[in-house]
Amino acid sequence: MSTSTTVQADDQKPVLGFWIYLMTDCVLFASLFATYAVLFRNTSGGPSGYQLFSLKNALTETLVLLTSSFTCGLAMLAAHKGKKRQTMAWFIVTFVLGVTFLILELTEFHHFIQMGDSWRRSGFLSAFFTLVGTHGLHITVGLFWMLVMLWRLARTGLGKATIRRLTMLSMFWHFLDIVWIFIFTIVYLRGMIAP
Amino acid sequence: MIGFAGLIDGFAGLLGKLSLNQLPHNPITAGGALTVVGGVVTVALVITYLKRWKWLWKEWLTSLDPKRIGVMYIVVAIVMLVRAGIDALMMRGQQAISVGSSHGYLSSNHFQQVFSAHGTIMIFFVAMGLMFGAINLIMPLQIGSRDVAFPFMNSISFWLFFAGVVLVNLSLVIGDFSAAGWLAYPPLSELRYSPTVGVDYWIWSLQIAGIGSLLSGINFLTTIIKMRCKGMSLMKMPMFVWSVMGSMSLVVFAFPILTVTLTLLYLDRTFGTHFFTAGGGGNMMMYVNLIWAWGHPEVYILILPAFGVFSEVVASLSRKRLFGYTSMVWAIWAIVLLSFTVWLHHFFTMGAGADVNGFFGIMTMIIAIPTGVKIFNWLFTMYRGKILMATPMKWFLGFVVLFTIGGVAGVLMAIPPVDFQLHNSLFLVAHFHTMIVSGVLFGYYAGIVYWFPKFTGFRLNERFGNYAYWCWLIGFILAFVPLYILGFMGATRRLDHYSASTGWQPLFIVAGIGAGIIAIGLAMQFLQLITSIRDRKKNRDTTGDPWNARTLEWSVPSPVPFYNFALTPEVDTRDAFWAFKQTQKAGSNNEPQTYESITLPKNTSIGLIVGTCAFFFGFGAVWHIPWLCVLGLVGIITAIIVRANQHNTEYHISAERLAQMDHDARNAQRGYA
Repeated sequence: MSTSTTVQADDQKPVLGFWIYLMTDCVLFASLFATYAVLFRNTSGGPSGYQLFSLKNALTETLVLLTSSFTCGLAMLAAHKGKKRQTMAWFIVTFVLGVTFLILELTEFHHFIQMGDSWRRSGFLSAFFTLVGTHGLHITVGLFWMLVMLWRLARTGLGKATIRRLTMLSMFWHFLDIVWIFIFTIVYLRGMIAP
Repeated sequence: MIGFAGLIDGFAGLLGKLSLNQLPHNPITAGGALTVVGGVVTVALVITYLKRWKWLWKEWLTSLDPKRIGVMYIVVAIVMLVRAGIDALMMRGQQAISVGSSHGYLSSNHFQQVFSAHGTIMIFFVAMGLMFGAINLIMPLQIGSRDVAFPFMNSISFWLFFAGVVLVNLSLVIGDFSAAGWLAYPPLSELRYSPTVGVDYWIWSLQIAGIGSLLSGINFLTTIIKMRCKGMSLMKMPMFVWSVMGSMSLVVFAFPILTVTLTLLYLDRTFGTHFFTAGGGGNMMMYVNLIWAWGHPEVYILILPAFGVFSEVVASLSRKRLFGYTSMVWAIWAIVLLSFTVWLHHFFTMGAGADVNGFFGIMTMIIAIPTGVKIFNWLFTMYRGKILMATPMKWFLGFVVLFTIGGVAGVLMAIPPVDFQLHNSLFLVAHFHTMIVSGVLFGYYAGIVYWFPKFTGFRLNERFGNYAYWCWLIGFILAFVPLYILGFMGATRRLDHYSASTGWQPLFIVAGIGAGIIAIGLAMQFLQLITSIRDRKKNRDTTGDPWNARTLEWSVPSPVPFYNFALTPEVDTRDAFWAFKQTQKAGSNNEPQTYESITLPKNTSIGLIVGTCAFFFGFGAVWHIPWLCVLGLVGIITAIIVRANQHNTEYHISAERLAQMDHDARNAQRGYA
């Protein structure tokens, strides 16, 4: 044993920590998917996904969210080039697309509830609203985070710490995209197969 | 969006379900409420009288030093141990006398609340608290680090844990606690059968503390991966660090399942969903599967770090290197993996069929193998060692005996047909108490005695430690061997009354006496602490290495300076401090020759603020007070944003000042100052 004089670079810690956090979020969604898989036939006399879902709506949501992931990637490219205005512009586009997605989702929810098919109707609808709603809640958090980061960007510019946080935000956003792909497949596409 | 609001139950009025009627009425519950309120007021008065508020605030509550946070975890855990211990005595008292025409002193509903609180508190706020305390104290030192990866998040974790503790105890004062057992199975825990706020208290105290645990898991994993000192490759880490790494990996994978499960149960109770309801397309066995998919790994989360403590204690106190280091590491990871493949053994009686039960029964037997490997490694470490029979070693020996008995009982129950006979019997209760008391509690007790001098600068009194040990061991045997027998006789768990013709009463009385002896053991531990503080000059640790130990934490002065290492160490072998001692002449010290300036995080009260807001959120959710939830949530978000945009969160200590402080710390330890 001797003593070392080098100082460890600590830049990697938050990003690694964030990866681990994303893994925990993965497990969280996995549990909700499992719940949905167990309950999705339990319509209890209420409507099934086949009767309820509109593939057009789900596809629009998917395209909007995928595009937002793309613009988020463009924002990060700009950030790494040190172009602050471009970064902000792409994040604003991403934000608008995110809000559009959320509005589409809430409109769908509202429509279901108006028809009397809320989460109270059946085990299937409980699982549907909770799984899709949890994703929507994550999107909301992401949007809020994006606002905070835009405010920070406007105030301070593209420092090392800011880029690191933007990296984590974009990881979060892409992660939600991946989760949505699963929702689109398992909930909507699978739901369109006649029972 | 009016449609949304109409779908929410009970959110009416400014105070939701809260009213003065919710204060306790009968003498026993009122006694509980008065004890809690009286305890808090007394502590507040004592602090005021001693004029210690400022000190408490500056040195402890706002500290980001993992050593301080670790001590706070342990203090809270010990207070909770007393609380849940009183619950245990109440249960044993009730069962000893509530037979035939006598109905004891607890109503059945109150009895149910008592055993639910006992289990919940013991697991979440005693065992978890002791574990996170030990990790905070020991792990950064053992990897040669000054801090954890995210010091601020560490403080948030603690305060979320504390918010959970406050919620659980508040249920004694206003409202009631869950009467649905420590895991609150539906449909009993659904609104229909548990209409009071008890289950909501259970949900939110666990949810808030659980999120704290999840953050800790991320924090400690990152710490171990990224902050080991130079030269410490994975296979050179002390075994305690390995065990923490295994345990925290389990936290990261298991706790999100708990978060989901609790949320779904709350949605059922509050928003009328049908996840676990008996009708409406719910599936109550899904709850049981989900809660145990978290619950079984949880057992290993608690016990792996305790195994780590034993690994350190046995090697140090046998003056030998740990036997079978590599097999020990593999055993840990085998346990981590297998612990996710056995959850169904908690409910073989679900009726999943012979194939499924067969699979889970076999996996359960297989998981006993790595555990057996560990036991034999410890025993071989002792073999031909120069054993120091101090109390940490005694706790270990008690553990080996009890844990083996409990383990054999566990393997017995892994056979599904046998389990059908013993399911929910007192045999099961005896089994898991044997595992958790000997494995987890004895482990952390050994750790407390072993590392106490490192953090206080003086050793614990051995005489009272010895009394405590024997009281616990004998008390434990008396309290739980009767339960094994009662289980075979057909006594089910959670009975508040039974018929005299069963002939169970004598055994219940013996078990009650055993519980009383355990309580004396606990009292002995308090006496041990008090006498040790009284004789702290005499028991002073003047070397920083009172056990002639092996790992890095013993290379720094006792008590550990707040910066841990004046200069971060560099290692080239396992048991680096032991190797260092072998190459040094007697009497030489390991004082560094040159110093460098260091950077440490400043204190912050934001962790405490986040915890407080989380408490308000939880309280609002329990009592259906939406504005309080919103207030809590906005508070948390604001606090985090403020923190994220703070500058100057760190401070520097210059090389000269550090050299002076290090010099002073070493002198103070030797008793010159």
